[in-house]
Amino acid sequence: MSEIQQFIEGRLPIIGESVVQTFQMVSISLLFSVLIGLPLGILLILTRPGNALENRAVYLVLNVLVNILRSIPFIILLFFILPFTKLIVGTSIGIKGAIVPLIVHAAPNIARLMENALLEVDSGVIEAYKSMGIRTRHIIWHVLLREARPSIILGLTIALITLIGGTAMAGLVGAGGLGDLAYRFGHLRYEVDVMYVTVFILIVLVQCLQSIGNRLAAKYKKD
Amino acid sequence: MIKLTSVSKSFQTKKGTVHAIDDVSLEVAKGEIFGVIGYSGAGKSTLIRCVNLLESPTTGSVMIKDQDVTNVSAEELLQVRRKIGMIFQGFNLLKTATVYDNIAIPLKLTDVDKQEIDQRVRKYLQIVGLEDKHEAYPGQLSGGQKQRVAIARALAQEPEILLSDEATSALDPETTESILELLLKINQEFGITIMLITHEMNVIQKICDRVAVMEKGKVIEQGKTIDIYARPTHPTTRRFVNSTYHKELPPHVLRELIQTGPVVRLTFVGESSSKPVLASVSAKFQVSPNILAGGIIALKQETIGALVVHLHGEKEETARAIAYLEEQGVKVEGVEVTYV
Repeated sequence: MSEIQQFIEGRLPIIGESVVQTFQMVSISLLFSVLIGLPLGILLILTRPGNALENRAVYLVLNVLVNILRSIPFIILLFFILPFTKLIVGTSIGIKGAIVPLIVHAAPNIARLMENALLEVDSGVIEAYKSMGIRTRHIIWHVLLREARPSIILGLTIALITLIGGTAMAGLVGAGGLGDLAYRFGHLRYEVDVMYVTVFILIVLVQCLQSIGNRLAAKYKKD
Repeated sequence: MIKLTSVSKSFQTKKGTVHAIDDVSLEVAKGEIFGVIGYSGAGKSTLIRCVNLLESPTTGSVMIKDQDVTNVSAEELLQVRRKIGMIFQGFNLLKTATVYDNIAIPLKLTDVDKQEIDQRVRKYLQIVGLEDKHEAYPGQLSGGQKQRVAIARALAQEPEILLSDEATSALDPETTESILELLLKINQEFGITIMLITHEMNVIQKICDRVAVMEKGKVIEQGKTIDIYARPTHPTTRRFVNSTYHKELPPHVLRELIQTGPVVRLTFVGESSSKPVLASVSAKFQVSPNILAGGIIALKQETIGALVVHLHGEKEETARAIAYLEEQGVKVEGVEVTYV
């Protein structure tokens, strides 16, 4: 009994702090990744051959850029873009320092996921709206994004869970978070109970997020 | 209403240039239903997309109500398209929107005011007979109902022209019938000019005033539906016309019959259909006509009858019988073993 009490008193505040750090990193980087990734995904769709803004050059450049960024493992990217990170947020450590590489890692991922989600939209519906004299920007919003909502939500759920995984490595630049906690206490200090609790929290977190994602997607899917 | 002049459209593919449409000219008059028929790959789909510039023709001009739309600005094109409704084989409705919203959203996006939108949605859903389906999603509807929603969506834009891209091809015969009746009603009650493409001759037969037959990107024959039925000249046209009778003779039967006299196809149009000509043939000549197959086709305005008859008798007598039939205004054609 006293052991548990000791754990609660000694470690719970740290765990709580880590949870907050993870949430900060995930929410901020998700927000910015979506703001960058979603338009990028739309642009990838629109510049494809045969689509509204068909442009081979733009499509090729975006396509290659997205592929390059996606092929660098996060742990390498984290250090690879240190100077860039410093340039953007003025520091390369702490939560701020972790968020930039997280965005650089997640945004192209989201772009690709969004591209795939939007590709699923029946091109016939888009053609029908074109035939009715509807402007392209309205088609993007009222047809493409609307019809792709279920896939967009599922894609974002995947991106979100990947981001949580990414934050585990953010400890390497001193950003803290659940992954860092599990590593420092569980691995370096042999306090396995901290590791267990952390892992348990992560499992519950991922399960919940996936369920919410699935429910939301099902709600918007009407066929 | 719609005038295509020397319209051609070619695509660049890996295998070279494909001429989807090759120098097509046709004119659709105000208030008529004009059909374009052809097998898959004949270019009819590309042709109908040239009318509202979903495909821009490589050469040639497209006139809508005396306005050349091939060179208009993007903004003008939006306005032109808003006057042309279009329905599709795949219905193309928003899966995530209710029937009501499927009709309301395009209206909202074309700046129709709110009250007007509600009025129009209700009005046109009633016209297509779906007034009780406002809140249903397309996934809950049958194919025929989905097409009705698509028609209501097109009508709600209050267009002067309706383009139909194989609108009945994904539907069963009974549903096809009801959709065709709806199109006919729209044409007659609202005076909307309809241009449709199809590969089904019964669509042409039931509702089209005029028809163009397409093959390999070219229009090989066009004219009034009755004339195409009565006097198809191109082999492909004949094949389409014959497909409506659904009565083709097995070649071996035909070969056997020909030993004792010719097998002919008789087409009766207008007056000739009411005279008992076959009876007179057997009375006047040493020929006994034997009816092998036949049918009457009700076109939109007229009826046309066709019989495949074996004329049993001596060569001279049968020749005289055929001459007599032609005199009476019946069209006589030999039935060739090869294409029956």
